[in-house]
Amino acid sequence: MVPEAEFTSYYDRPIVKPPPWENPIGAYLFLGGLAAASGMLAAGAELTGNARLRRNSRLSALGAVGLGAVALVIDLGRPERFLYMLRTVKLSSPMSVGSWILSGFSAFAGVAAVAEVDRMTAQKLPLGPLRRLLQWVETPAGVAAGLFGPPLAAYTAVLLSDTANPTWNDAREYLPMVFVSSASLAAGGLGMITTPVDDAGPARALAVIGSACDLAATELMEQSMDPVAAEPLHEGTPGKLLQWSKRLVAAGGLAALLGGRNRTIAALSGVTLLTASALTRFGILHAGIHAAKDPRYTVVPQKNRLAKRRAEGIVDDSITTAD
Amino acid sequence: MINLEESFQPGRKGFFTDTSICIGCKACEVACKEWNRNPADSTWQLSDSSYDNTTHLGADTWRHVAFVEQGRERIEQARQSGRQLVNLGMPGVRTEAATNVDVTPPDTPDFRWLMASDVCKHCTHAGCLDVCPTGALFRSEFGTVVVQADVCNGCGTCVAGCPFGVIERRKDGLVEPKTNRDFTAGEQAPTPHVGVAQKCTLCYDRLVDGLEPACAKTCPTTSIKFGEHADLTEQARERVRQLHAQGLTEARLYGANPNSGVGGTGSVFLLLDEPEVYGLPPDPRVPTADLPHMFDRASLAAVGMIAGVVLAFFTGRRRR
Repeated sequence: MVPEAEFTSYYDRPIVKPPPWENPIGAYLFLGGLAAASGMLAAGAELTGNARLRRNSRLSALGAVGLGAVALVIDLGRPERFLYMLRTVKLSSPMSVGSWILSGFSAFAGVAAVAEVDRMTAQKLPLGPLRRLLQWVETPAGVAAGLFGPPLAAYTAVLLSDTANPTWNDAREYLPMVFVSSASLAAGGLGMITTPVDDAGPARALAVIGSACDLAATELMEQSMDPVAAEPLHEGTPGKLLQWSKRLVAAGGLAALLGGRNRTIAALSGVTLLTASALTRFGILHAGIHAAKDPRYTVVPQKNRLAKRRAEGIVDDSITTAD
Repeated sequence: MINLEESFQPGRKGFFTDTSICIGCKACEVACKEWNRNPADSTWQLSDSSYDNTTHLGADTWRHVAFVEQGRERIEQARQSGRQLVNLGMPGVRTEAATNVDVTPPDTPDFRWLMASDVCKHCTHAGCLDVCPTGALFRSEFGTVVVQADVCNGCGTCVAGCPFGVIERRKDGLVEPKTNRDFTAGEQAPTPHVGVAQKCTLCYDRLVDGLEPACAKTCPTTSIKFGEHADLTEQARERVRQLHAQGLTEARLYGANPNSGVGGTGSVFLLLDEPEVYGLPPDPRVPTADLPHMFDRASLAAVGMIAGVVLAFFTGRRRR
């Protein structure tokens, strides 16, 4: 099973290419997840009558998704064509589906947040007759944003896995679980920062649940992968980012669980968890980019799986044939 | 994804690149650059990899000639791995041809130079095409995969989606209106299409005018053949049988099998060693083949996330 000695390459040159995704994409992965879970917290707070948590989470959701969308546009090769993302609906393209999810979430989260701002400013927004409409759609919009949250948090995992990138593709079984957990703990953390402890109970609980699930899902993900394809998750800068992410998730989650009712500890725990979530996203992004730069990560797992299929007697599906 | 029958329909055009007769002249690279007005991609530094200073396919390089220098031992290994392929009993014509093979191997030379002109594979199941969110990439009437530069917004998803590392986003160039594309003869043409994904179009503009692609037209040894995909794969099979009959068991086809992970390729290659020796992936698979499964996993995660938030509101209720 270890064909290391047989590994050959063309002058060590990469086979697959890394996408031209730089730090703005890492930032988007983080902010999109943060917005998604904040939108869900806001919807939950709305339904349970927790006005302060609802207000803070709605504003967080809109702020995060707004910044995230800007990061996405910045990273395009032709930013002025960002609306071309909505030219078509294409189910085979996670980027297309994701663009629609992001648009839907942003629209509903925007309406809910504007209603919140209007209330905070004692109806000073120049809304005119639209105010009555806004008050009428506020709750449905908030709940709809909450429903768009889970797909918004999960689709980015599919976006990364639905590629020829050896590490992202091989992480496909559990990457969505890692991403929704990371989103949850980040939004929980931000809720603990913005909201006084009496009203922040659900945020605290979400931070703890998200942290536990994040650690478990990361472990499952690493175990499910080809050992060679998983290597970039442990090596170099991405490896360090992911290692620190785990530590901070554990620390932040524990702090929320044990000391979350103390305002200071809650805020520190929140900052820790937000940092941890960002590290996870940047770590995964850069692990994949690193994996694309070394042909070993492409060739060795592919040779292994081809050999495995042949050993099972499946000999008709190789791209290389004797005739 | 499109279905196999459709993609192997009559009219599908492709390349058959027979690397056993490539002489490494790089005329294909030059013809491609000139016809498509692709910019220079070189730093003018020698790359220390035999005669290959182009180094890889990319946004500005749609044909790339690989040079591999091998000694006796590696040649014997290549011959061995080819024999193993024959012994696997691949589907198809097999038995009759195999019995006619003269099994006396020729002398193994002390040295050989492999030269191979690589190009976009124009896959039956094309990862780049599947993941493109804007519809900029499309399947042409020739069965090829082409980018519409005026639609692409340069999101880069196709770059990650290609199992062969072919398509790339162009870094430097001009943003120009469609009307102003000509240039003065003798002057450096301006580079179009900055910031959008670029790759071989199988000379779509030439095909619609009934011409053959520039690289195939210029190839002096007919190593690059252009034509109907079905005819070319038949030619390729014939050629590999011929080489096997000469005892050259290292010869093999790359991309001719419609059951492979990308459903076969429009550009078929005859190789003389394992694909990774030429910088080709040994078992490419279109990522979207697993997309339904990934959708299920993401749905499961999304449901889990809802459960987590509901649980958070139950356990985190305000105590009064």
